[in-house]
Amino acid sequence: MFEVRLHGRGGQGTVLAAGILAKALVAEGKHVVAVPQFGFERRGAPVAAYLRASETPMRAMTNIYAPDCVVCIDSSLPRVVDIFAGLRAGGMLVQASRLAPQDIAVPATVATVAVCDAVGIAREVFGRPITNTVMLGAFARATGLVSLEALERALEETSFRDGGLAQNRRALALGHARTVVHRIGQREAA
Amino acid sequence: MNEVVEKVAPLAEPAGKGMAQGTDKAVVKKEPTILVCDGNEAAAWGIVLSRPDMVAVYPITPQSSLAEYVAQFVADGVLDAELVEAEGEHSVLSVLHGAALAGARTYTASCGQGLAFMFEPYFRTPNLRLPIVMSIVNRDGITPQCVWGGQQDAMTVREVGWVQLFCETVQEVLDTIVMAYRIAEDRSVMLPVNVNHDGNYLSNGIVRIELPDQAEVDDFLGTPDVNWHAALDPDRPMGVDPLTGGATGPGPALFVGYRRGHCEGMQNALRVIVEVHEEWARRFGRRYAPLVEEYRLDGAEYALVTIGSMAGAAKDAVDAARERGDRVGLIRIKTLRPFPVDAMVAALDKLRAVGVVDRAVSYGWNSGPVHQETLAALQYCSKRIPCLSLIGGLAGADLTQAHFERAIAATARLLDSPCPRAPVWLNAEDR
Repeated sequence: MFEVRLHGRGGQGTVLAAGILAKALVAEGKHVVAVPQFGFERRGAPVAAYLRASETPMRAMTNIYAPDCVVCIDSSLPRVVDIFAGLRAGGMLVQASRLAPQDIAVPATVATVAVCDAVGIAREVFGRPITNTVMLGAFARATGLVSLEALERALEETSFRDGGLAQNRRALALGHARTVVHRIGQREAA
Repeated sequence: MNEVVEKVAPLAEPAGKGMAQGTDKAVVKKEPTILVCDGNEAAAWGIVLSRPDMVAVYPITPQSSLAEYVAQFVADGVLDAELVEAEGEHSVLSVLHGAALAGARTYTASCGQGLAFMFEPYFRTPNLRLPIVMSIVNRDGITPQCVWGGQQDAMTVREVGWVQLFCETVQEVLDTIVMAYRIAEDRSVMLPVNVNHDGNYLSNGIVRIELPDQAEVDDFLGTPDVNWHAALDPDRPMGVDPLTGGATGPGPALFVGYRRGHCEGMQNALRVIVEVHEEWARRFGRRYAPLVEEYRLDGAEYALVTIGSMAGAAKDAVDAARERGDRVGLIRIKTLRPFPVDAMVAALDKLRAVGVVDRAVSYGWNSGPVHQETLAALQYCSKRIPCLSLIGGLAGADLTQAHFERAIAATARLLDSPCPRAPVWLNAEDR
């Protein structure tokens, strides 16, 4: 089982990203449960979505408290939300940021930091900082859990409020191509 | 992961996956269409397959996306139904009264305060014997302000006379909505059906599901049979909803006849719900316990009673406890109204103690509504069985395997200690 928690702000498409990732993982034969965190839907407010993937069927429709991976699609969010809460030792951070991965402060539970200038890519592709599909590309690059092809097919099955399919395809590809993965190694015992 | 055979009470026949059996004509199964979607979208697909003539909706969290999916399907021509976007829930259901009396197959969905505003026509619907299907995307009650999941809405209206079914999974939401039309329109039932799915965890939880083939669903549902008993029809004018006479005129017998007929329809529904689920399993290969699911009750000394989407995590907790040697099982109530007394008693009679986990509150009894239902059923058991109330999952609170492990431990204590009168509040320490 692999558990992911996605963090973002209302309007960036965090919950939609979890749904797209779920489609792609199912297409690759995984069992998936994706549950959004429940709060008021407001632009700019912190939101989260949970996704659990497994080789075997799952029954529990529950939130995730000890993720293997945290995906943060907003660069300013770590100042407001403890995005590392409950992260398993040896865990991974996939962060939207212009910083180099070595320059991002992470707790000892983080063994891998992947960084993508998602806002820069989103401004280039959409003209707006909508980072969800960019960060799906970054997630695929960092984890290897899902193929870019499966994500592309999942995009084709998704209706987008902001931007069209072609733009989102490009965002996904650029996110994948421009992600830097830094392996720190495990520092804290499980 | 789950190698345990899920016993389905009171039926034991294995599922005939792939081919129809018995009296149904044999059909060659097509590859099912796979969807990855949440419970609200699954419900909307269930409506597409059921081909209602009219849908009336007013959006309310967490039902809103269901209303939006249905509206989109109508706009895209996927669903050929008349969509009425009424100005409020009272009008929504009143519109459907007229539509059903004119012969239309109808659908709506609401929850929480929307259901509260709908209550006046909601109250009248079953007495009019209108086979309307309505999703309740369960939401907790206010005040304090809350837009999150909880079953307080459906539990509050459980004595109004609708059939009430509660789903565990997203797939079951879709399948049950289609089955609900067969149950509602059965001539021995003729009652409205609520298909309940938990707000948040089912309404917005995304999983892989299979979409049944439209032609096979058409064959399963048959022609709508909605208003043979009462009709708005210029060619055969009749008085619908007559003024009864109290102690005068035709006397109390007329009114009593309506009430008794309604109760008989509810009891008939128990049989029809079982038959319809059985036929669904034969035709579509997915078997659900129609009334009460018995999970690992063989060799169990005690069990949890659950309802709705909480059962998944609860079953995981039961499996873990069984691995430790704890003799615990689980009962899941699918049909709450009419209450399946015989199926429940058959399950309870195998046990020495039960803990009932409610996602709602019974203020009058300082316990949960399903706890009260279980206490009533225990009257018919062969021995006295202690029964603990546990309340959790209110206002979107998560019920995890850890919560159910505590519920199992609290229930196990009933085997050698007195049963507490006060409920256990499972999320009381969650921050």
